[in-house]
Amino acid sequence: MSVLHIVNKSPYDRNSLDTCLRLARADAAILLIEDGIYAVQKNAAASEKMRQALGRHPIYALQPDLRARGIDPDNMIEGISLVDYDGFVKLTTEYDKLQSWL
Amino acid sequence: MASKRFLYVNRKAPHGTIYALESLEVVLIGAAFEQDVSLAFIDDGVYQLMRNQDTAAIGSKNFSPTFRALGDYDVSKIYVEHESLEMRGLSKDDLMPLTYEDEDDDWAEKDSIHVVSSAELAEIIEQQDVILDF
Repeated sequence: MSVLHIVNKSPYDRNSLDTCLRLARADAAILLIEDGIYAVQKNAAASEKMRQALGRHPIYALQPDLRARGIDPDNMIEGISLVDYDGFVKLTTEYDKLQSWL
Repeated sequence: MASKRFLYVNRKAPHGTIYALESLEVVLIGAAFEQDVSLAFIDDGVYQLMRNQDTAAIGSKNFSPTFRALGDYDVSKIYVEHESLEMRGLSKDDLMPLTYEDEDDDWAEKDSIHVVSSAELAEIIEQQDVILDF
């Protein structure tokens, strides 16, 4: 039934996030990891599409990857939830399928 | 041998691929040969200079403090494209401070990072003898 979409590419380098958001159904969730987490930054070129996506999907970001890249959680778009590795594993068990947009 | 003007162009985010680390190592090795070295950070390359990077939890090497050694190797021309920062919701305040000591000015500590427009960066690229892309 519902799908957890995982995006690990920067929205400014690849079209993985765009394609994911175009094809994700309304009951799906999005998890941003690795360079995918750059999409969380507010006041950026990708912020508006992220805000629109938050109206359709729960969006999660992996906290260790955020920290590695020096992104301040205060500069995240409101509504995105941070998860740690345990939270990542839990998410994968809560959804029926995973799709990794490599 | 006459010194040449080298520009290292960095366009990749720091931790997702090996490009950023490899570039920094080449720059540090090259700096030992006393060439005229400049660095440009464009597109996702600007993320390499983010402050407060802490890779402990992702199990990879945090090479970002190594950028601070550039000043000691007389690498003091670090150009960051303004348009790339703006698109990513970033400003110079989000970047780590990088400085050098100016031997022509009584070793005064000066800022190595220069935020430049696309047009200014195009001019800088034009002035180089050798351009290496990462």
